Amino acid sequence: MLLIRCPYCEEERPELEFRNAGEAHIARSANIAGESDDDFEKFFFIRANPKGIIYERWRHIHGCARFFNAVRDTVTDKFVMTYKAGEPKPAKLPGAAK
Amino acid sequence: MAKAAAKTKAAAPSVERRPALAGRTLSAPGVKVEMLPPAERISLRAPGASLAVLSKALGVTLPAKPKSSATRDGRTALWLGPDEWLVIDEAGNDPLADCAKVTALHSAVGISHRNVGISVSGPAAAATVNSGCPQDLSLDAFPVGAASRTILGKSEIVLLRTAQDTFRVECWRSFSDYVFTLLSEAAGDAAN
Repeated sequence: MLLIRCPYCEEERPELEFRNAGEAHIARSANIAGESDDDFEKFFFIRANPKGIIYERWRHIHGCARFFNAVRDTVTDKFVMTYKAGEPKPAKLPGAAK
Repeated sequence: MAKAAAKTKAAAPSVERRPALAGRTLSAPGVKVEMLPPAERISLRAPGASLAVLSKALGVTLPAKPKSSATRDGRTALWLGPDEWLVIDEAGNDPLADCAKVTALHSAVGISHRNVGISVSGPAAAATVNSGCPQDLSLDAFPVGAASRTILGKSEIVLLRTAQDTFRVECWRSFSDYVFTLLSEAAGDAAN
């Protein structure tokens, strides 16, 4: 079983307590009604789906119930790090080559 | 530490209450699983600025540390999230009425009859709970007084370690049959 560090509980917890909640850092337009159909489609449906590092929202639903962000590698399925919701993308990832 | 507040007695029920699975117990070698008597409970949500006033009104200091709890005079406050607590009163006082006197921003919801408590005690208690709960229940990781919302099999529970070999499992009453049965089956295996 994967252990995922919850930044609010400040410890690693079993994956069964968590739910994935899609890609992180997708900003909703302040003027959503004024968006063109193409822009709205990009915001609403189009996701990066990269091979490698992905920034995701996760929820500790069977724990503290908080949403937080996680950096995960889609190739190895390893969690690189997690950080609280609302915080910016980490500038440098731990263990990154560059 | 909050001073002991003048607690409000819980009102006598206006209807006949039939607690789920009342009185059910199961004894296996090394572990005993039993339904706990009814208790008063609230789900409390509050920002950090209200905690001091609420702690005073409840007579128990609301813990700020993750996975912790505080007990005073039969009333236990369990940390569930950064702004969420479960308060259980086993002394017949009403924490909801105590919170109602507080004007500081908070949300207190009475859930006395939504939850039931199950006690799992004995040397094999941790093994019994671990049959369905994936958390590390060693005394280092989950010491006496530790509390956490987690899962047990397919059901969400709140787990509180009340003594070295005693756990209190809180679950929704409609899940209680599943939870009790799962713990009973696990109790039979845990001794082996």
